[in-house]
Amino acid sequence: MVQEQAVQIHGEDEDTTTGLNHRKMLMWAFLGSDCMFFGALIATYLVYQGKSLAGPMPVDVFDIPVTSVSTFVLLMSSMSMVLAYSALTKNHLKGFRIWMISTAIMGSTFIGFQVYEFSSFANHHVDITCSNPGELTDYEQHIFDEGCSAGEAHAESHEGLKPQTNLFGTTFYTLTGFHGAHVTLGIVWLLSLLLLSFKKGMITPEKNLDVDLAALYWHFVDVVWIVIFTVVYLFGVFPGF
Amino acid sequence: MSQELSGDPHTGHPTAGQYFRIAVILCIITAIEVGIFYLEFLGHWMIPILFTLSTGKFALVAMYYMHLKFDHKLFTYLFVTGFVLAAFVIGFLLILFGVYT
Repeated sequence: MVQEQAVQIHGEDEDTTTGLNHRKMLMWAFLGSDCMFFGALIATYLVYQGKSLAGPMPVDVFDIPVTSVSTFVLLMSSMSMVLAYSALTKNHLKGFRIWMISTAIMGSTFIGFQVYEFSSFANHHVDITCSNPGELTDYEQHIFDEGCSAGEAHAESHEGLKPQTNLFGTTFYTLTGFHGAHVTLGIVWLLSLLLLSFKKGMITPEKNLDVDLAALYWHFVDVVWIVIFTVVYLFGVFPGF
Repeated sequence: MSQELSGDPHTGHPTAGQYFRIAVILCIITAIEVGIFYLEFLGHWMIPILFTLSTGKFALVAMYYMHLKFDHKLFTYLFVTGFVLAAFVIGFLLILFGVYT
């Protein structure tokens, strides 16, 4: 009996040519292809890294502590998701609902961080005191050279980072924007399953594959973010990369 | 059909406690990554260290949270094929555009 249940949960021993569940196969094939999609976007970001001619650069706008917190939230949402799936397989529907809503809230928090980040990047401004400029980045040095050469007390720039500002803006917003869109889609999916769980017989331990597929998708957006956080944010600010 | 019943006896998947421990490990690795980022004396060693830590996090999520360690190997092949192709695309584009030679 236990063995039968385990087989059902793994989506194996199905009456198909491969013996595997087609929906689960399709999901893994989709995730594999989505790897290539994000691979292309990451490659484009890296190819154009450091090629921007004007505007703020990663070192000017990235706030690593804030992004670390949002990364932590997304990692925790993955744990929450897997606990929701685990609760369902044990027929703990209440636990399933609690963990599902937790996952959706943490996903929404991550999106909130992203909106805050995009907004602060777009409104990024520089104000340098000409008499005491301190340590300047290349972009700030450029503003200092232009603004302070005329004998002004302050050199300012209100040109934020927008997609059309420079190559960094274009590739950064495209990559992280598509990831954000994936997370948003995931939240809608999770909330749909949560609502369905209130309808009798729609979400049951026997029908755990519906939740399993959503969980796979959710963990996938998490692993993609693990790569983006390291390659775009941490390496992006590192001067030798 | 092989079943690895190392965790929950009903599903063959890790238990809630094991999932929690994996989450703690993921958080610790992330904290180490951020900490290492501020250690300027590491210089270029920072890149392979961060890369290794990131790979570890990726593998933990894929193996345990996505259940690749416990599911049929064909699922792993499907995912890894896409991942390896993506890695090749990134590598070859960087070489093609002269970013790294």
